[in-house]
Amino acid sequence: MSAVLQNPPLPPVSESPGLWMLAWRRLRQDRVGMVSLVVVVFFLLMMLGAFTGLIASDWAKEKGVSYANPSFLAGAENLEAKAMAAKGEGARSAPVDLSDVDPLAPRYKEWEERAAKIAVTEVKRSETLPFGGDKWGRDVLKKVVKGSEVSIFVGLAAALLAMLIGTILGAMAGYWGGKVNDFLEWFYNIFTSIPYILLILAFAAVATATGKFGKGILPIVLILSLTGWTGIYRLMRAEYIKHSNREYVKAAQAIGATNLSRMFHHILPNVSHVALVQLSQHTVQFIKAEVILSFLGFGVPVDMVSWGTMLAEAQNELVIGKWWQLFAAGASMAILVTAFSLLTDSLRDALDPKLK
Amino acid sequence: MSAMADNLLQVRDLDVRFRIDRKSEPFRAVNGISFDIPTNSTVALVGESGSGKSVSAMAILGLLPDNAIVAPQGSVLYGGRDLLKASMGELQAIRGKEISVIFQEPMTSLNPVFPVGEQIGEVLRLHMNMSGRQARARAIELLNEVGIPNPQLRVNSYPHEMSGGQQQRVMIAMAIACEPKLLIADEPTTALDVTIQKQILDLIASLQSRHHMSVLFITHDLGVVGDIADSVVVMQSGVIQEQGPVKAIFEHPQHPYTKALLACRPRLDRRPRRLPVIDDFIKGSAKAKLEERPRGTTPSDPIILEVKSLNKTFFLKEGLFGKRAVPAVKNVSFQLPKGKTLGLVGESGSGKTTVGLTLMRLHDATSGEVLFEGRDLLALSEREMMAYRRRIQIIFQNPYASLNPRMTVGQILVEPMKIHSIGKDERERIDMAFQLLKRVGLPEQSFYKYPHEFSGGQRQRIAIARCLTMKPDVLICDESVSALDVSVQAQVLNLLQDLQDEYGLSYIFISHDLAVVKYISDRVMVMSDGNIVEMADSDEIYRNPREEYTRKLLSSIPKGYELAATPT
Repeated sequence: MSAVLQNPPLPPVSESPGLWMLAWRRLRQDRVGMVSLVVVVFFLLMMLGAFTGLIASDWAKEKGVSYANPSFLAGAENLEAKAMAAKGEGARSAPVDLSDVDPLAPRYKEWEERAAKIAVTEVKRSETLPFGGDKWGRDVLKKVVKGSEVSIFVGLAAALLAMLIGTILGAMAGYWGGKVNDFLEWFYNIFTSIPYILLILAFAAVATATGKFGKGILPIVLILSLTGWTGIYRLMRAEYIKHSNREYVKAAQAIGATNLSRMFHHILPNVSHVALVQLSQHTVQFIKAEVILSFLGFGVPVDMVSWGTMLAEAQNELVIGKWWQLFAAGASMAILVTAFSLLTDSLRDALDPKLK
Repeated sequence: MSAMADNLLQVRDLDVRFRIDRKSEPFRAVNGISFDIPTNSTVALVGESGSGKSVSAMAILGLLPDNAIVAPQGSVLYGGRDLLKASMGELQAIRGKEISVIFQEPMTSLNPVFPVGEQIGEVLRLHMNMSGRQARARAIELLNEVGIPNPQLRVNSYPHEMSGGQQQRVMIAMAIACEPKLLIADEPTTALDVTIQKQILDLIASLQSRHHMSVLFITHDLGVVGDIADSVVVMQSGVIQEQGPVKAIFEHPQHPYTKALLACRPRLDRRPRRLPVIDDFIKGSAKAKLEERPRGTTPSDPIILEVKSLNKTFFLKEGLFGKRAVPAVKNVSFQLPKGKTLGLVGESGSGKTTVGLTLMRLHDATSGEVLFEGRDLLALSEREMMAYRRRIQIIFQNPYASLNPRMTVGQILVEPMKIHSIGKDERERIDMAFQLLKRVGLPEQSFYKYPHEFSGGQRQRIAIARCLTMKPDVLICDESVSALDVSVQAQVLNLLQDLQDEYGLSYIFISHDLAVVKYISDRVMVMSDGNIVEMADSDEIYRNPREEYTRKLLSSIPKGYELAATPT
């Protein structure tokens, strides 16, 4: 049995497609799935572009007049911009002559001459921007692009982390059962008995007050993932309970595979489709949750922009009829979330081993 | 069989194909078959898995999945109508009322959340317009007819409160509730023990003659239908190879495939060195006279494994804090001689599988000793056990469940060698895996494939190869051939026998099928309710069964058609 083979084994000329390859093939057949995949990839590229500063790095520049109209609405009246402009001119053109009482009056002329020497180039603020401007005249389109960086990153990172926590705890509870399961179930029950928003706010209060998690988006990722793992845990636990009694796991035990190897080498690939679908569903959920957090003021710092902060700003603007910021942020979120959900559905179909 | 011209159902040129995906050609499952079901008779449709027998039956009722294409030139004539062209509404009126079906798995066919009486009653209310009270009364009557004791009480039972055999009886009661003209039984006994199988077969036969209905009996085991069928249709890969009256098929089979199906089931009265398989007959190399293999043990055989008063008790939770002890194995002792096979036979629930799993320490024993070369395996620590783990291996019943679907065959074979550091490097392990694949009769390309690309028999070969990678001394075969077709079963049994001859392996062969156990074993142990009923050499137990229970098991084995017992 140990004699060395004379001819080396055949090279893998026709290596069978793995389940992932088959899933990819099935996904390619699914038109809805492919379209949503393209949309999602587009958003991801946009996020990467914003992150590396290739696009929208100048989102904070005030280029237009206050609440500049979108280009396709160039003719619309912009009362706010006029009011601002009037205020500016009024301040300059109506100096009250105080020369007879002002002791510095004789020097006015000298100062004016010196001031004239310094070249002041008044930036000509444009009346319109491609998709309108916000209160400070920043380009809404660029804000959306830059905002995607925070929103999508927070959604993906938090979902990944939540999946990691949920999968490891779920695997432990489902595989070991007994005391481990009891302990984790109690923990889970306590966790889920607290209202969700309250829980988020509690975590947010701790995270922002102690400042231990730094500033910026890291605390948000932590808050969302530490509160959002429960559903994944529950599902993974159920899958592990189901699978740990399967014969292939018994067979692995019979050949002497360790517990760790059985949990993550044997069972995990068989339940990974569940985790993957949960990942995409939670990404969607966390993008929305970031919006809520930012809206409530626990979100990203003021010097950053996310779709959530845009929506929070937009509520005041809507009153004065400036709908484009709300629309831009809301629409891109809606498109991404819809595409992601559809992609999730297609992924679940493509990955279902029963369909092969 | 007097009314040959009086056909209840005529199938003509039935042709069914399945669309797999957009690009590839549809897969042809049934290839223009024609057969008749005469009034008041039983027709058996026999063939291996994938022969198209179930597809043909489902086509009759229009129960095919959406991706099936039924060719328009075919027809299924029933009462002057073509069922293939009947509308949805017409079919629904016929299904359950005039033509009804019994499926293979009673477990999954019954709804677990309704009492069985209610499920039978539903059929009656739907098709016979009975009131709730009438339906209940009729349900009790039906349960009585299919032989369920205490029908007045059992009518309120839930499916899980009944045994597999009783569930199948309930399924039959549902099927005959509206006095159908045709009963389609799709492998109704395959999931059941031999003793229960016999009872169900008798029940179907008696119901058939009492109600003057016709039965289409689908099975992979030609032996089963000998007693009950009037005519037999033999199918292979979508075509009918042979059809005719049961006498002609069993006495003078014409087609080599039919001959092979008849020959490959192990028989109680003979024990050839190798079982004949389909290929032998197709190639025409089957020998009429096969050399007999001697079996049995002698007291001087060296003992490799000795089990002393093994006990295993499961505890069920009862109430909030209570526990109820369910003894599964009671005081079992036996010895396994080196290089021999010990057969372990019994019905489901007899504790035979628990014995196997406890030996491997896949279950913890409650008490007892398992001495392997003098060391008690049950007393070893997990670390010490590692060294012995590779020497006792197990092949499970269901080859579809025991291989990890996400690993290639190569990974499956190399993993145990890696765990036990067999072979000095990856290269050598891969070489060994290739050799083992060849040894169990699989092509080298299999190394790169995934389990789902193989048939049941091939998967069982992979499972065997996985065990062999560790060069074990003892192999526990836990119902390893029960899930396979008879023809494939013969091939796997031959392989196991060859391996024993070659490597001197010792087997513990667990099965509910006494014929198979008798064929492969030197010594047979009969178990019932966790106890050893009887233990003796296999020829001895067949010739002189001492216990009533053993005699019952022996008499339940399908004899086929009695005249076929003398080979030509």
